[in-house]
Amino acid sequence: MINKSLKQLSQALAAKQISSVELSTLFLDRIERLNPTLNAFVTVNREKSLKMALAADARIAAGTAGPLTGIPIAQKDIFCAEGWTTTCGSKMLANFISPYDATVIHKMHAEAGLVSLGKTNMDEFAMGSSNETSFFGPVRNPWDTSRVPGGSSGGSAAAVAARLAPAATGTDTGGSIRQPAALCNLTGLKPTYGVVSRYGMIAFASSLDQGGPMAASAEDCALLLNTMVGFDERDSTSLDRPVEDYTRDLDKPLNGLRIGLPKEFFGEGCDAEVMAAVRAAIAEYEKLGATTVEVSLPNSHLSVPAYYVIAPAEASSNLSRFDGARYGYRAPDYDNLEQMYEKTRAQGFGAEVKRRIMIGAYVLSHGYYDAYYLQAQRIRRLIANDFVEAFKHCDVIMGPTSPTTAFKLGEKAADPVQMYLSDIYTIAVNLAGLPGMSIPCGFVGGLPVGLQLIGNYFAEGALLNVAHRYQLATDWHQRRAAIE
Amino acid sequence: MNQWEVVIGIETHAQLATVSKIFSGASTAFGAEPNTQACAVDLALPGVLPVLNKKAVECAIRFGLAIGAEVAQKSVFARKNYFYPDLPKGYQISQMDLPVVVGGNITLQVGQGDKAYEKVVRLTRAHLEEDAGKSLHEDFQGKSGIDLNRAGTPLLEIVSEPDMRSSDEAVAYAKALHALVQWIGICDGNMQEGSFRCDANVSVRPKGQVEFGTRREIKNLNSFRFLKEAIDFEVQWQINEIEEGRRIQQATVLFDPDSGETRMMRSKEDAHDYRYFPDPDLLPLVISSDWIARVQGELPELPGQMRERFVSEFGLSNYDATTLTANSEIAAFFQSTVAIAGKQNAKPCANWVMVDLAARLNKDGREIAESPVSAAQLAGLILRIADNTISNNIAKKVFEALWNGDGATADEIIDKQGLKQITDSGAIESLVDEVLAANPANVAEFKAGKEKAFNALVGQVMKAAKGKANPQQVNDLLKQKLAS
Repeated sequence: MINKSLKQLSQALAAKQISSVELSTLFLDRIERLNPTLNAFVTVNREKSLKMALAADARIAAGTAGPLTGIPIAQKDIFCAEGWTTTCGSKMLANFISPYDATVIHKMHAEAGLVSLGKTNMDEFAMGSSNETSFFGPVRNPWDTSRVPGGSSGGSAAAVAARLAPAATGTDTGGSIRQPAALCNLTGLKPTYGVVSRYGMIAFASSLDQGGPMAASAEDCALLLNTMVGFDERDSTSLDRPVEDYTRDLDKPLNGLRIGLPKEFFGEGCDAEVMAAVRAAIAEYEKLGATTVEVSLPNSHLSVPAYYVIAPAEASSNLSRFDGARYGYRAPDYDNLEQMYEKTRAQGFGAEVKRRIMIGAYVLSHGYYDAYYLQAQRIRRLIANDFVEAFKHCDVIMGPTSPTTAFKLGEKAADPVQMYLSDIYTIAVNLAGLPGMSIPCGFVGGLPVGLQLIGNYFAEGALLNVAHRYQLATDWHQRRAAIE
Repeated sequence: MNQWEVVIGIETHAQLATVSKIFSGASTAFGAEPNTQACAVDLALPGVLPVLNKKAVECAIRFGLAIGAEVAQKSVFARKNYFYPDLPKGYQISQMDLPVVVGGNITLQVGQGDKAYEKVVRLTRAHLEEDAGKSLHEDFQGKSGIDLNRAGTPLLEIVSEPDMRSSDEAVAYAKALHALVQWIGICDGNMQEGSFRCDANVSVRPKGQVEFGTRREIKNLNSFRFLKEAIDFEVQWQINEIEEGRRIQQATVLFDPDSGETRMMRSKEDAHDYRYFPDPDLLPLVISSDWIARVQGELPELPGQMRERFVSEFGLSNYDATTLTANSEIAAFFQSTVAIAGKQNAKPCANWVMVDLAARLNKDGREIAESPVSAAQLAGLILRIADNTISNNIAKKVFEALWNGDGATADEIIDKQGLKQITDSGAIESLVDEVLAANPANVAEFKAGKEKAFNALVGQVMKAAKGKANPQQVNDLLKQKLAS
């Protein structure tokens, strides 16, 4: 049962082969057993989960169930969920119990009837690519527990990869869904900016953050995405457009699909074996009827530097609210207001978060703003224009998700720049606001490799179709980490 | 003092008369229990997002149109970053580079009577922003309390050019602005509750010098009296400094109403670097020409338009017309009076409203809206003067009686107190004859060329008539008799 797809689980629940309570219990037991090894969840609340499962069973019995009602999933701990501790991986919010539901949480649980198995570990405030910046300790990769699962949605990735949950949510600011998906052999989708509401999703970099699904297959992602999207009047950057059924085009044949291969993604900087797996996947696509064309993203080499100006700038301001005054951590000893702020923030934030706050405050400060922030915004437009130009010649862009497979815990922790470069292929997508996916496409030394798919704006359906057809022809995505 | 010129620019925060806050649905009503009108967005809980209140934008458009400014088709909300406990997000959402209203001007009347002159003050800009909460420093055993009811209340910050040259001009400007925002219904103007507060930028320069002197900003003046006192003190202080050979340093100062002095709050060196940048949670504010046209259609007649109409339609002087349009209550009262008394009596209506009624209101410290004499009552009185039923002098008595509630109408009082003017020429003639006979000395003096003696005789006749004789008839008859 734990290896079944969402569709199979849905059928099993509908056929009363298993109840939601039983299914949820199965996963909760597995979490209890394996989480001490993986540290994928930071909060599990069996009582709350089973209550949701009971309610789901009632809906199934009453015939008011939706397609995913009763299926348990894991929620990244960046989403505020009423009554749940919502930590964002930080000491700052270790004691914060959200009094409200994020829009995504409301849609998935109150509306779609999914059951929450708990909140997954993550890099602190989603800042990191290895899940090592979490206040609650690193998450381990189920494929090799001496290695990182990627980040920042590392807890979600490890949880799904180890089948502690059938699927999970993630958020992606610079690659935080796609990179851990790649490192843990999952399918992950970052939607077009504005498709999934950010209300209640604790902000890292508001203009880049986007929630999305992480699951074992494109089909699972499509089903999950259906429950997450929709215009939200509480999010001014949410896009008011007709809701689609992302499963509709899954099976469309790929004949005539034009795959753009950016020459910048196929040069130096990528592990050779990873690159070989990516090229093999592209060859597979050609067998499926696709053609390839070389395209260029001439400004993509600027995406990491531009990102590390814009994201910290927004973060430095977004994280100002964590001041110890109203909720969250407050330093125990202080003599005055200034000290309360200083000590609270010095003690409440981890090193990487502080580094980014410092960078952000710096690039926004008087006299530096034009040279850094404005310049980065200009580069951001250039990067977006590169994609507009590229999509004149192709339907989907492909390349590696991550330049390497999962690295060892601690390997890059001391070198932030090396860490930042692990998102070198994913960041441009966020800067442009485009949808991107990572799908399993092979293994190097027993570790998964991800193929990145980048679509045009609102091409989530097309991306899922491209991913699904590949998954019908290959079985990389069905391979499971041997962790018990 | 004479060789110095004062230069003043004013920044005004007008609280907009919306039902809910600028970026949340919480109520803006004044005086609620602390923190009962602060929702998740106002508290800056993790994950919440701002959504712009269209009503606040409409207020800004109304203002822009009322001052003949450009309403920007596109304006941008920016974050002003600083830490303070009453600023829950750690930043204030305001507008910086692209404000919603650009330019415009306000015509004001400075001084009274013969010394009155008209002045046009140019406006730089007006922008939308949110108010902060309140810090309460009493009653918390040495700690501070925070009330966030006011946090997120919509403000329009209105910035003038440094066009004012005296504290009188500054006060006239502030009053004109205060009247205007109420006139167009965007602000209740309640200065005690902080709905309308001014910061004055003050500098001095030798007369004839083109460059401005260094300015100091006096913060948070919430009465016209304080505005005047603060500027007067500050100007004298700056002149003294310069005359004693010291330079003025740019600074922000506070006015202490008890001592009547301004004192330094922070110097330019201590000035915050607010690290403004466009708020990524809010899209640029786009205002369509249709929207502007609709708001234009809903605007009441503006003071300037009404002033011109009073001149052309009623033949009033510019001074009268300006005074009568100083605020919407005076204008409404005058218009109601004229509506009943008739256009031909517009000038006496103007005089009664501006002089007699104004003086009486002033004596009791009342606003015109609280006048015990209604516009209809005053018009009734003016009609009786116009048709010679009573003289101007008697009218003042009737007015006082109306004020005291001695009768419902002027007619009733005239009737009850027998104040009807004597216009029967036979009756007046016999009074004149009696007075001439009884005052031979005055008659002789008059005949000897002393004009004053004539006035004494008029006085005697009026006294004999208990003030009720028609003064013109008395004059004419006396002249006639003395000439014969």
